[in-house]
Amino acid sequence: MNSLSAVPVRLDQSLRWFAQIWRSLRRSRQGTVGLMIVIIHMLIAVTSPLIVPYSPSDIDGKNRLAPPTREHPFGTDSFGRDLFSRTLLGGRAAIGVALLAAAVAVIWGGLLGILLAFIGGRVDEVAMRLIDALLAIPGLLVVLLIVVALGTGFGVLILTLGYAYGVSTVRVARGAALGFVARDFITAARARGERKGAIVRRELIPNLLDVLLVEYVMRASWSLTAISSLSYLGFGIAPPTPDWGRMVFENQVLLAISPWGTLFPVLALSSLIIGINLAGDALSKAIGLDRSREAPT
Amino acid sequence: MLKLIVQRLIFSVITLTIVAIVVFAMTDLLPGDWATAYFGKWATEEGLAALRDEYGLDRPATERFAEWFSGALRGDFGMSLSRKKPVVELIRYRLRNSLLLGGLASLVTIPLATLLGITAGLRRDRKADAIISTASIVGMSTPEFVIGTLLIWALSVGLGLFPSMTLGNPDAPIADLLPNVVMPTATLTIASTAYLLRMVRTTTINVLTSEYVEMATLKGIPRSRVIFRHALPNILLPTINIMALMLSGLLGGTFVVEVVFNYPGLGRGLVDAVSFRDVPMIQAIALLWAVMYVFFNLGADLLTTFLDPRLRSLRG
Repeated sequence: MNSLSAVPVRLDQSLRWFAQIWRSLRRSRQGTVGLMIVIIHMLIAVTSPLIVPYSPSDIDGKNRLAPPTREHPFGTDSFGRDLFSRTLLGGRAAIGVALLAAAVAVIWGGLLGILLAFIGGRVDEVAMRLIDALLAIPGLLVVLLIVVALGTGFGVLILTLGYAYGVSTVRVARGAALGFVARDFITAARARGERKGAIVRRELIPNLLDVLLVEYVMRASWSLTAISSLSYLGFGIAPPTPDWGRMVFENQVLLAISPWGTLFPVLALSSLIIGINLAGDALSKAIGLDRSREAPT
Repeated sequence: MLKLIVQRLIFSVITLTIVAIVVFAMTDLLPGDWATAYFGKWATEEGLAALRDEYGLDRPATERFAEWFSGALRGDFGMSLSRKKPVVELIRYRLRNSLLLGGLASLVTIPLATLLGITAGLRRDRKADAIISTASIVGMSTPEFVIGTLLIWALSVGLGLFPSMTLGNPDAPIADLLPNVVMPTATLTIASTAYLLRMVRTTTINVLTSEYVEMATLKGIPRSRVIFRHALPNILLPTINIMALMLSGLLGGTFVVEVVFNYPGLGRGLVDAVSFRDVPMIQAIALLWAVMYVFFNLGADLLTTFLDPRLRSLRG
């Protein structure tokens, strides 16, 4: 493994780890572009309530389905709402849900996977059968069923998406942890008589942080796709909160008359997910997870 | 070999049983029973009592699960709540339509993704690879409803080539569906080709950097022969499992794409059933998807074992 893999727990060293990741991302052009796109989107998401010219639900009755003008840079929708304001604000809820859902997924899936690799034996075997069975049910279907029963509150969306996308993280984390469980420093820790919890916390988790980080970036991009698709279907972020997925649905029927209401949210959503994936791809290559960069064994 | 097949079959049956329990539990044990969920705020005492009586909702969940599961094994999924018809009758044509859509999409996706993936892998870090890889990241990142919407904008609204919506019933003859199936097929093809070709590219690179390919090259075997005889089988073998996973997803119908184009397949049926809280329909479609997933995984496992002499002798 390369030098990035040995990650100690101390704060200054964690900072160095982040700095190293940052540098390796910047080294690849793909990673730099992806990172820039994501940063711009995050800045917009954070500052948009302060900079939008109109409230997302303000109705300009005289200007319905207007094309882009000086007054409305992105035009207006069928109610006469300002599409520039709605597009700038439309990512906030979805991004928030996706980032938190990905965190939930990586925390529960990652911890369970590492624990299973560490425990091994019969428990591991039975648990993995169960995980395989759960993978047979499409993630979006699970989310749909739970959301219909429990409503589309942010808490419900975050937890159900986090559950659904964490199932496959269990596999990934377990696979990565298995590579360490049999290594000498773990055996040494066991021989020193360290408690199991301490070994998992101090030896295994720090060594798996880079794998979990790549997992987090991937889950965030999937969660963002999933929450936007749910909103498109009418089971996600509920009006009046502006949302890209919902905006595409609302304006799609008007494509022939006024495509702006569809195109701007489409551009915003796609560029963000592309940015996340470019950065994620470069990250996994930098960390050495991409199989294609591995030295032949 | 036989032992292995039997073992895999047993695991598949266990998996399906677990899936059936999870699907049933998820639709059944969530707050409120079917009757209250179905009627929502229009519930009346009589209506609730009648429905609970009709479906025997007062009985314990285990008893109802046993009845549902044994019915499902015989192909009987009960009566639809919203349409008052047997579920099997309602999903039969939807299954056919989803198979048509997924079948066409797979027919294009699998050869296309294999070709592009191997090309990118062979020309690693050169221009062709850069173009293919970047395009695949864009295709993989763009949500299906966005691809579908953009296709509608370009091909239906702009060029007027294909209808953007299917207006027929699920039981329309296949010939009537053909013009409607083009754009959903294109959407699914773009999304899944982008995903699959990345896998094929990675596998290609792994194989090309392996010792046996290096050995073959050093022995002076011509490049084309190295690629076709030594590399290709080892590139295709590991992708069978991924293709199976993709096939089960495509054939089951992805509900987002079916909703975008109002295509009358299983996915569209599921979203409708969810809106109407039509629990027997939801359970049937969810179980059907899981059956396809397990079936294709089993098929891929057996096929790779059969094709790979190493696995055959190792575990057989």
